[in-house]
Amino acid sequence: MRQGFRVIGHAIKAEPGIFTAAVLASAVYGVMTVLAAWALGWATEHAVLPAFKDGGAPSGALATAALLIVGTALFKALGIMGRRILAGIMQFRMQARSRRAATRQYLRLPLSWHHRHPTGQLLSIANSDAEAAWGPLAPLPMAVGVIVMLFAAAVAIVITDPMLAIVGFLIFPAIALLNLVYQRRLAPIATRAQELRASVSEVAHESFDGALVVKTLGREDAEAARFQARADELRDANIAVGRIRGLFDPLLEALPTLGVLAVLLVGSYRLASQDVTSGELIQVSYLFTLLAFPIRALGWVLAELPRSVVGWTRVQEVLDATGSMEYGTAALPADAPARIEARAVTYGYDPEAPVLRGVSFEAAPGRTVALVGPTGSGKSTLTQLLARLIDPDQGVVAVDGVDLREVARGGVPASVSLVPQQTFLFDDSVRGNVTIGADLPDERVWAALRLAQADGFVSALPEGLDTRVGERGATLSGGQRQRLALARALVREPRLLILDDATSSVDPQVEKRILVGLREQASTVIVVAYRMATIALADEVVYLEQGVIADHGAHEQLLVRCAGYRDLVTAYEREEAERAAAELVDEAELAGEFEGEVVA
Amino acid sequence: MTMQALERSAVETVRQGFRLSPEFRRGLAGTLVLAVLATIGKIIVPIAVQQVVDEGLTAAVPDLPVIRNGLLACAAAVVLTALCSYVMNVRLYRATESGLATLRGKGFRHVHDLSVLTQNTERRGALVSRVTGDVDQISTFMQWGGLMIIVAGLQLIVATVLMAVYSWQLTLLVWACFLPVVFALPRFQRLVARRYITVRERTGDVLAGVSESVVGSAVIRAYGSEDRTADRIDAAINGQRKAQIRAQRVIGLTFPVTELVASIAIAGVLILGVALGADKTITEGELIAFLFLITLFIMPLQMGTEVLNEAQNAIAGWRRILGVLDTPADVADPADGAVLPRGPISVAFEDVGFAYPDGPPVLREVTAAIPPRTRIAVVGETGSGKTTFAKLLTRLMDPTSGRVLIDGADLRDIRFSSLRERVVMVPQDGFLFDSSLAENIRFGRPDATDEELTAALTELGLADWLDGLPQGLRTPVGQRGESLSAGERQLVALARAYLADPDLLLLDEATSAVDPATEVRLARALDGVTRGRTAISIAHRLSTAEAADEVIVFEHGRIVQRGPHATLITEPGVYADLYASWTTATRSA
Repeated sequence: MRQGFRVIGHAIKAEPGIFTAAVLASAVYGVMTVLAAWALGWATEHAVLPAFKDGGAPSGALATAALLIVGTALFKALGIMGRRILAGIMQFRMQARSRRAATRQYLRLPLSWHHRHPTGQLLSIANSDAEAAWGPLAPLPMAVGVIVMLFAAAVAIVITDPMLAIVGFLIFPAIALLNLVYQRRLAPIATRAQELRASVSEVAHESFDGALVVKTLGREDAEAARFQARADELRDANIAVGRIRGLFDPLLEALPTLGVLAVLLVGSYRLASQDVTSGELIQVSYLFTLLAFPIRALGWVLAELPRSVVGWTRVQEVLDATGSMEYGTAALPADAPARIEARAVTYGYDPEAPVLRGVSFEAAPGRTVALVGPTGSGKSTLTQLLARLIDPDQGVVAVDGVDLREVARGGVPASVSLVPQQTFLFDDSVRGNVTIGADLPDERVWAALRLAQADGFVSALPEGLDTRVGERGATLSGGQRQRLALARALVREPRLLILDDATSSVDPQVEKRILVGLREQASTVIVVAYRMATIALADEVVYLEQGVIADHGAHEQLLVRCAGYRDLVTAYEREEAERAAAELVDEAELAGEFEGEVVA
Repeated sequence: MTMQALERSAVETVRQGFRLSPEFRRGLAGTLVLAVLATIGKIIVPIAVQQVVDEGLTAAVPDLPVIRNGLLACAAAVVLTALCSYVMNVRLYRATESGLATLRGKGFRHVHDLSVLTQNTERRGALVSRVTGDVDQISTFMQWGGLMIIVAGLQLIVATVLMAVYSWQLTLLVWACFLPVVFALPRFQRLVARRYITVRERTGDVLAGVSESVVGSAVIRAYGSEDRTADRIDAAINGQRKAQIRAQRVIGLTFPVTELVASIAIAGVLILGVALGADKTITEGELIAFLFLITLFIMPLQMGTEVLNEAQNAIAGWRRILGVLDTPADVADPADGAVLPRGPISVAFEDVGFAYPDGPPVLREVTAAIPPRTRIAVVGETGSGKTTFAKLLTRLMDPTSGRVLIDGADLRDIRFSSLRERVVMVPQDGFLFDSSLAENIRFGRPDATDEELTAALTELGLADWLDGLPQGLRTPVGQRGESLSAGERQLVALARAYLADPDLLLLDEATSAVDPATEVRLARALDGVTRGRTAISIAHRLSTAEAADEVIVFEHGRIVQRGPHATLITEPGVYADLYASWTTATRSA
């Protein structure tokens, strides 16, 4: 709970003005609630009872009473309005603040950090956790107002009658205590229900994502059973929540009611001994009635605290995450193809099992280097190091002799363009996706599209360059998306172009045209490749095996001296040759049998 | 076939919803009786006040023992009604949660029963919402808003009845004050709902922006577009905040308005009551009790907007779930489907045509017979109809015209369990579940032992790969299998299908992301294990075609060539062209 109040403290420090205004409005509301009860008591004492007793209405007192009642209500209404609107403004501002800070951090933190955090988690931190963190801010001003209300009520009752005050001092702490017990009991069960709700959602998400596999293997029943088990757990947890709520809510309502009855009981004795007037008795009873509901706001704040602390902690973990990319001040040359150098580079997602170990190689300006290796040999990781999406654990990656870590912010993207294996399109127009904010004329965009063999389908799109693509835009095939991603790299005329299997969904004929076009570009090109046609276009090959460079040289040299490489790239040819040989044997055997028959 | 956007009325929605989850009705009558009893508790205080004032205060000598006994009786009644309230709550939670768990289960199951075609017309997230968020919305409403409607409604009725007993004139006055609020509520709620819709839309923008910064993290860094992305997200977040505050401003109004109206009612009752008191038509106790009764009007009206809003959301959610359940499983498990005996399988396509709804034909007049134990390669350019052929063969979709038969039986007449046992497809995207390697392979045959899993991998020539994994079969594969490479995921998917031991194995570019050496090893192993079965491979690498008994060539939705590789290669045509471009792509010059 102390942590919870600390979270609230942060919010107050961040938005002191709004908070003060909200609390003031709420205090007005609190005081006016007590005054409303007093006004009613005054009306009873000075207008109602005399009227009934004497048979005539003292019209002056009656008018005053009516004015008092409507007047206090007016101020109370203003207080409520201010409190609610200001509390909302504060809550939403803090949410927006957290969201902004978290997403800034997502953009700032290095890619290696992203690798360690699942997408779903990061999304929910910026969305639901940022919301949960500031959940208590909505009822907070009201709770503060209630405290003011309680003080005012206490003063009012003590002034009225000490005996009645004793009833109040018994009832209100009891309500507060009950509230506390309620929230203590509820919090763990509610948290569990929340977790189960997330897990039900996870199962559904995963199962629907894998719907095709479920269907093709006929596992619908098993999946339905798996889901129902979670749904039933959630049901039980929700019923458990219901039991607690079902018990405490009526209790919290019954307590003030019992309080009023106690006031009436004690009050009637005090009235008999003429220690209080009937107006005062009505005033105190009415006050208890009015307090019954607002006092629960204290509980609402307490109820939100555990969720708030969890949410805030999760957001804070993102904000506190360190290891951001540091930038130097060096500049890379502005033109001419880049010279690349990797010196003893080691990198691991898990430090125990590095993906790359002591990788060293050089590529001269303007060369096209094919990066070849079996599945999982570290090719993609190497491309990310070359584009400085990640920094090596040991060793140096340098372009034109400059360690990439020394380059000023923005310097690497200005020189190096990487097209990753997984195509990503922004929720933006074709133009936006190609330029990504750079101010480039349409001719350059079209030229890049042409080079990426994407001009044909883009010009066929309903709005050409302005057609929206991405998640909520036009549906493009995998190959078309890849070609847009490629154009995005080409339009920058990078000095180093890195293609990480970036044409895997493109038809071979189209791919060939792209690769031939690329040779005309004045860039150094690194291309991750399996296909012989791609490798054939490269000047040299770097062959990776289990995170180390097994060989580096011209394709023909590697074919001769590197067995692993030969096995990999000639797999299809060898297979065909073997099959042809086997067929020869088969034919020979057939022929043999035939001959045998003839002989027989 | 898309999800039905049938606009059924609210009443019809609720009726249908109740029919689907009979648990809602269980003990409903008892719960309602308890609700009435619980509500009566609310008028105990006004009655007690009236009694104390009339019997105690105004009498010359208050009869204290009578007052005391009366108040103790009231206290007992309060405790009793609280108890009723407790029992009612528990019953309500139990009934609604049980009904909702059933609804979730039915919805989930039905989503899996929908054809892939229907599944693909909806966004995944939307389908998930049907069994999560939408149900939660109904749950919140039933346990809070729905309860509130019952309790508040009863509260208004009970209060009005008691008021009318005291004085019909004052009752009319109170209602005259509150009636405009009651009438204004729905109008006001519509305004609030509109603002909330804007909030939801803006929230969608924020989610899209945030997901861009996470999913696109590599591209954003590679192109140095952090600042631009940050600006886009900031704009979305600001839009969301503004919409939220705009909504809050409207919602902030209901409470104060009700307070003001209540105060006017109180003042009016005071003035009129005193006048009536002069004629002795009302006692002072009754008048004061009236003032207490007016407070019972405040809460229902203050909560009214929010309750109506939640009701609307809940009905909308319910409607959406019913929409899913109403969507016919257009590829349905036949009621009295045939169960085919195990054994080598023959396939026949008879004049099969297929077109997506409102789309041009994808397959035309496809007729082909595949005898048992043959191994077929299906080739063709992207969009030629290969994958549609596979989907029809596994009955992921039904043909628009013609028939698909296995062992002479129409697929539409074969029980799903039998069909799925005999025909298994390995799709291109080897989707894995977030558990261990073993659990994922076992998905193909749940009762397989670890030894059988290892044996299956060994038979597929993947023993070395398995040995290379840090934790062997226990290796966690991560969400969607993302801890493994795309190629490795395909290996698992293949092992999973192989373990299922089908009579017909259908591979839809199942090894496209595997490196050539592994693919060749795998192809060789598959060659062995598919011997004696019918096997169909959709191939983009023609090495597969060379190894097959026969090749079927698709172009523009038709079968244009068919025959062994060795024959087709010699004929001028689509296959010879494909082969030529493939060899240049994979062979050294």
